[in-house]
Amino acid sequence: MSHTSNTTTISTAGAPSRRNTELALLAFAVIIPCFAYANVGLALHGEMPSGMLGYGIGLGLLAGVGHLVVRKFAKYADPLLLPLAALLNGIGLVLIWRLDQSPRLAQLAKNQGFKFVPSAPNQMLYSALGIGLFVAVVIFLKDHRILQRYTYISMAVALGLLIAPMFFPAKFGARIWITLPGLGSLQPGEFAKIVLSIFFAGYLMVKRDALALASRRFMGMYLPRGRDLGPILAVWALSILVLVFETDLGTSLLFFGMFVVMLYVATERTSWIVFGLLMSAVGAVGVASFEAHVQARVNAWLDPFGGWGKSAASEQISQALMSFGSGGVFGAGWGQGYSDLIGFAANSDFILGTVGEELGLAGVMAILLIYGLIVERGVRTALAARDPFGKLLACGLSGAFAIQVFVVAGGVMGLIPLTGMTMPFMAYGGSSVLANWALVAILIKISDTARRPAPAPAPSPDAEMTQVVRP
Amino acid sequence: MSELTLTVMRLGFLAVLWLFVIVAVQVIRSDLFGTRVTQRGSRRGGETRPQRAQAQAAPPQQRQQQPAAGGGRRAERGRRGAPTKLVVSEGSLTGTTVALQGQTISLGRAHDSTIVLDDDYASSRHARIYPDRDGQWIVEDLGSTNGTYLDRTRLTTPTPIPLGAPIRIGKTVIELRK
Repeated sequence: MSHTSNTTTISTAGAPSRRNTELALLAFAVIIPCFAYANVGLALHGEMPSGMLGYGIGLGLLAGVGHLVVRKFAKYADPLLLPLAALLNGIGLVLIWRLDQSPRLAQLAKNQGFKFVPSAPNQMLYSALGIGLFVAVVIFLKDHRILQRYTYISMAVALGLLIAPMFFPAKFGARIWITLPGLGSLQPGEFAKIVLSIFFAGYLMVKRDALALASRRFMGMYLPRGRDLGPILAVWALSILVLVFETDLGTSLLFFGMFVVMLYVATERTSWIVFGLLMSAVGAVGVASFEAHVQARVNAWLDPFGGWGKSAASEQISQALMSFGSGGVFGAGWGQGYSDLIGFAANSDFILGTVGEELGLAGVMAILLIYGLIVERGVRTALAARDPFGKLLACGLSGAFAIQVFVVAGGVMGLIPLTGMTMPFMAYGGSSVLANWALVAILIKISDTARRPAPAPAPSPDAEMTQVVRP
Repeated sequence: MSELTLTVMRLGFLAVLWLFVIVAVQVIRSDLFGTRVTQRGSRRGGETRPQRAQAQAAPPQQRQQQPAAGGGRRAERGRRGAPTKLVVSEGSLTGTTVALQGQTISLGRAHDSTIVLDDDYASSRHARIYPDRDGQWIVEDLGSTNGTYLDRTRLTTPTPIPLGAPIRIGKTVIELRK
């Protein structure tokens, strides 16, 4: 844009690409976990940890590759998503490495007849794979609207992913794993979350007018027509089935919640939220009344200290509560807490307990804010997106992310019954890390399209002939 | 490791973590996009600093530019009865106002004009409006195809603009107001 002197020009501000902001934040996001890593080493062994250099370089490399790919293939993407996710992933790695150092957890594994394997190298590998998936999605997904073509295919895939674990043996009380001999196990629910939100976005984009407008007013609420209730009933039934056959409270809560959020966004009808809450309450109470696994979780939630010494589940929750308590406001410091007393799953489902004990309230709040910022950037992307499919997809993905964080953090802190999901990016687990990096990659692609300046109007008005007024 | 070092590191880590959150929030704050008003030095105010005001995305036709610092600057302008703003009263930009601060305002379809007219009957560089030495605002046709009209007469020479007189360019009508 050229300026003649002494003029004011009014124009639409194209969002700048902001890649340098992203790079600076990313550098910051790599330095913080390195600091934490040094901190753990100094506190536990009194010296700088030996793996420090490799760890720092590894994390820096992964972040750098992610940044370069975004710079090349998604130039106008949101500058915050990648650094925030990288920071959470880095802090998660430090937390897992810190728990690896605990002799108590090694002893526990030995007592149960396992060979103790440190989890941090695995998690580093998963993070690398996650960044790999991120890079692949950013490069090969040219335009998020392509996903719209696969609306019903995604439905079938999601159903497959949700139903498949039923045919595999239960692990740790829940059937949410697919075990591939020789390759390890996979938690398909994490991926189903993304595939399902593609289906919901495609479906609701077509059907939202029928759902929003064809309704009767009753007691200040818009009641949907009976036949429009079909899809919500189907999703509800599916999530109840998941709950009953896979005894997985978290996944079913996540899917149903995500669907209600997207219904609300698509139709602007509060009645869907009321319906959703009522239906999930009925479903949860109904299932809890006969499913023993769910009952145990609810009991552990209602009285965590009552089951001390009797049930491992409630003992874990009470240990987690005690670690939050002993952390206080500023925490005990890296490596100086006793959150390894949580025992099994201390580095996956209960990882927030370690944060609570070693970083205290201040640290937990900062971590939750970082999760909140990721969700905020997702919703902001949805606001800026120009196509309805992109809007709904960004809303659905960030909604799913938010619900997952709420369900896990709420469960660990005793706000709601514990559900056995993973804290995105932080908790130990390959499926979770991979799926969440893919989720962030899709958000980055949508935000790239949304923030890309509109192409110059062609043909340019300067080139066009001025029409002559004929009297 | 001494107790003190560990305490300092513990609090230092929290400080760094929160610093990151605050920096991220600052990035969000500077990331709102909408319209941008770029201002290049005005003759009288001595304000040469380019200003960047960001308004929340308003529909492009309804943008308004507010004078950057309300009353103070207006008092400096002296002359009573001098117009303070240019208002588009007809055409696709209806409602747009531009504060008059001693700058030259160019009108036309060229995208570097002060007011970019989306009007088939306007030329790329159609007309300009500028203050002469006494602060009187002058409109000058820049050799446009269809001409510039002040009231009902077609302009041939630079002409002073009376307050409130309609200037017609193609389908667009602008006027100066107090």
